[in-house]
Amino acid sequence: MALLSKLATNEQHGENSPYFDGWKAYDNDPFHLVNNPNGVIQMGLAENQLSFDLIEEWIKRNPKASICTTEGMESFRTIANFQDYHGLPEFRSAIAKFMEKTRGSRVKFDPERVVMAGGATGANETLMFCLADPGDAFLVPSPYYPGFNRDLRWRTGVQLLPISCKSSNSFKITIEALKEAYENAQQANVKVKGLILTNPSNPLGTTLDRDTLKNLLTFTNEHNIHLVCDEIYATTVFDAPQFVSIAEIITNDEVTNRCINKDLVHIVYSLSKDMGFPGFRVGIVYSFNDDVVNCARKMSSFGLVSTQTQHIIAAMLSDDEFVEEFLIESAKRLRKRHEKFTGGLEEVGIKCLKSNAGLFCWMDLRPLLKEPTHDGEVTLWKLIINDVKLNVSPGSSFNCPETGWFRVCFANIDDQTVDIALVRIRMFVDGNNDVKENGVAKEKQHWKRSNLRLSFSNGKYDENVMSLNMMSPNSPIPHSPLVRARN
Amino acid sequence: MVSISSNNQKQQLLSKIATNDGHGENSAYFDGWKAYANDPFHQTENPNGVIQMGLAENQLCFDLIQEWVVNNPKASICTAEGAEDFKDIAIFQDYHGLPKFRQAVARFMEKVRGDRVTFDPDRIVMSGGATGAHETLAFCLADLGDAFLVPTPYYPGFDRDLRWRTGVQLFPVVCDSSNDFKVTIKALEAAYEKAQESNIKIKGLLINNPSNPLGTILDKDTLRDIVSFINSKNIHLVCDEIYAATVFDQPKFISVSEIVEEMIGCNQDLIHIVYSLSKDLGFPGFRVGIVYSYNDTVVNIARKMSSFGLVSTQTQHLLASMLSDEIFIEKFIAESSERLGKRQGMFTKGLAQVGISTLKSNAGLFFWMDLSRLLKEPTFEAELELWRIIINEVKLNVSPGCSFHCSEPGWFRVCFANMDDETMRTALRRIKNFVLQTKGHNNKATINKQCSRKFSKLQISLSFRRMDDFMNSPAHSPMSSPLVRT
Repeated sequence: MALLSKLATNEQHGENSPYFDGWKAYDNDPFHLVNNPNGVIQMGLAENQLSFDLIEEWIKRNPKASICTTEGMESFRTIANFQDYHGLPEFRSAIAKFMEKTRGSRVKFDPERVVMAGGATGANETLMFCLADPGDAFLVPSPYYPGFNRDLRWRTGVQLLPISCKSSNSFKITIEALKEAYENAQQANVKVKGLILTNPSNPLGTTLDRDTLKNLLTFTNEHNIHLVCDEIYATTVFDAPQFVSIAEIITNDEVTNRCINKDLVHIVYSLSKDMGFPGFRVGIVYSFNDDVVNCARKMSSFGLVSTQTQHIIAAMLSDDEFVEEFLIESAKRLRKRHEKFTGGLEEVGIKCLKSNAGLFCWMDLRPLLKEPTHDGEVTLWKLIINDVKLNVSPGSSFNCPETGWFRVCFANIDDQTVDIALVRIRMFVDGNNDVKENGVAKEKQHWKRSNLRLSFSNGKYDENVMSLNMMSPNSPIPHSPLVRARN
Repeated sequence: MVSISSNNQKQQLLSKIATNDGHGENSAYFDGWKAYANDPFHQTENPNGVIQMGLAENQLCFDLIQEWVVNNPKASICTAEGAEDFKDIAIFQDYHGLPKFRQAVARFMEKVRGDRVTFDPDRIVMSGGATGAHETLAFCLADLGDAFLVPTPYYPGFDRDLRWRTGVQLFPVVCDSSNDFKVTIKALEAAYEKAQESNIKIKGLLINNPSNPLGTILDKDTLRDIVSFINSKNIHLVCDEIYAATVFDQPKFISVSEIVEEMIGCNQDLIHIVYSLSKDLGFPGFRVGIVYSYNDTVVNIARKMSSFGLVSTQTQHLLASMLSDEIFIEKFIAESSERLGKRQGMFTKGLAQVGISTLKSNAGLFFWMDLSRLLKEPTFEAELELWRIIINEVKLNVSPGCSFHCSEPGWFRVCFANMDDETMRTALRRIKNFVLQTKGHNNKATINKQCSRKFSKLQISLSFRRMDDFMNSPAHSPMSSPLVRT
């Protein structure tokens, strides 16, 4: 009899995907401005580190928000003891209000529908447990966040069916592609239970326009399947067009006039990206379906937010003045950083997908590919990691149907580091151009020196991919992205 | 009125997991909470309200904690002294957890076991409370339909934690009062055989040591026998040691880790410990669950699964400091034990004075009270009737034994560590009065009248014979239901 479960021995946790191989290079040689200026710069981690000064300032001004200060200590006992899975009422209210503010107060959120989860990681899994049985499928536009493979599928047994999006129309989701994917599933006898969108998109950094959202909703509504909108990057929108949440589409008018079934619509949210608090594990399930709220709430026992954290977040997010100031300033800084980085890339002829949100840009390196194939992308990626010394994420790890695209994160480093990254990219591109001009193919063998053995499974992440030796329990690789709960 | 067909439609929209009763909240265990929620006791504002004695919380030592926190401002990222750490802590999302957190937890676990064992910090894996730890282990060790043996009576939450989303079954090992509910190898063997006959694949044995609801601990011989048993059957042993530091009297606590370290020939790949800070420190809100496995693969996989329920780094940071303050911890463990012992003693002696016996126990935040002689008849229906009276007339929320899958009617779990001294005295007074009254009146008619009057609101039905068969009681979402608390 097998000692462990199938779950424990299949590879569905997704960590053997090559997405994580590049991390080893970073771990072995991490960049540091002073101590290791030639190290690998981490640009594979979608973190928002630009506005911590504002947070710290607020913390210092609001000692009562913590249960550990002399001012806030009297709450320690009640807070430490509170384990009700409804969560602190003030926490739910603050989250609901924050969600409203990030949508320009164009919609209202009901605090009673705010349900906690173990980060967006937990939120996504919880929704799958609520909405689908093992073997059922969810459609997902690709390219998509690699963590979905684990979060949505691993312990739930749910399948993911990608909907290919193409660069020819800026990777927009089309109803045709959606219909095709749906029909293919029907023919293969796979039961589609829903569609999951990330809006703003990871890795694209784009937002869905109102019409597209409406059309997608019409489709799911007509087919009586669920629509899950992961709006984790809602507040990272730094430019027009304005963010449109699915909540704005589910207004009462919409529901009545178009017979939209609210029971099919659910939002996933988190404070990991907008506020930059991935460590705090604040995941939210917001469903318009009462039964799902109820069920997800019961399931939240498996991943509640620490009341110590609920307490401070409740105080912080109900400080209207602070929140408004933060939202404006954060967007401003993201825009500035985005402009700086994409501008720098443009100068060396590298284009990025036009984007108005996110903590990253979607870089078009197709011109740099030796061949427009998977292998070509891998080779280029190895070069970037080992020679240019930037940890970026290859499009194939996002299940991108086209080769040559790379996601580059820009909000987790300081200005100086950005400058250095841009210099390196410039050098690389110029060097590449030299090679082309001289007609001499220089084989850069540096990558062979490293322990990086990369192999790709094109598009199928449940294959047992031979990649680097996954860590034993006793040798943590602290910076691997899945090791971070979400990135 | 929702039509049947649209209800069906509603049902099909959702998964099977979402529409079955696997969450366990329709068990009678939670019905009594409604009474409490509607009429909660308060010393001054509602002195005749229902006293909460169904919640195993440890509230006796918060003064010590608070003192420590005030004296250690750097432990928090929100104090002036600690704010410089805010950013690094807030962005740290590595599922290995802060190294100092793991080290501190390992050290704390060692201290709680009198430094008789060592714990490897690299085997410390986080989870969403012990709730999450149990579910994670079930996901790692068993497939859908596989079963775990579990001695009765046991914590009702196991039904949800181990079974709901995993599809794993629980197979009871019946223990009874004839030998103080001790787990015997005979009972284990019998249960194992029975499972085999029913074609149920047993993947492991789950024990809770110290025991909830009994408050007793396993002696060394029994532990050794259990470890031998699981080795011989090549099944897993999951030891939930969540109440380890609540031992307040002899005999001293023996952890399975001590057996593992000393036993030759034990297959360590079969041994896993569940731990948490919810009971020992009184921090259920902080959701600090720990999976500690001697099996490398399980550590690895559980760690990957921990992404679904990591401990907030803000909390990891605070506890890393607190638990590595060895002087404080030693003082805390000693003081906490003493206060628990004192509190338990007051109750059990007080009850003994009116002829109510309790199972002799030396741990836990509750005691196991024998009210069988107050039952009209030795049935679970009578137990529930008595329970209704206790809630509605005596106004104490205690937990009936049937909700713990106890095989004998008449037992009740009573929690004593979640209230102050004054409330405790009130509770004791009420119980004493009730018992004396019942003795004095010994009038079935009176009791019947009392029964029928008030508990029509409480609709309780319970099938106790099939462990996985909780009949529907009205669905409700009380704010203070115990599964609402994990």
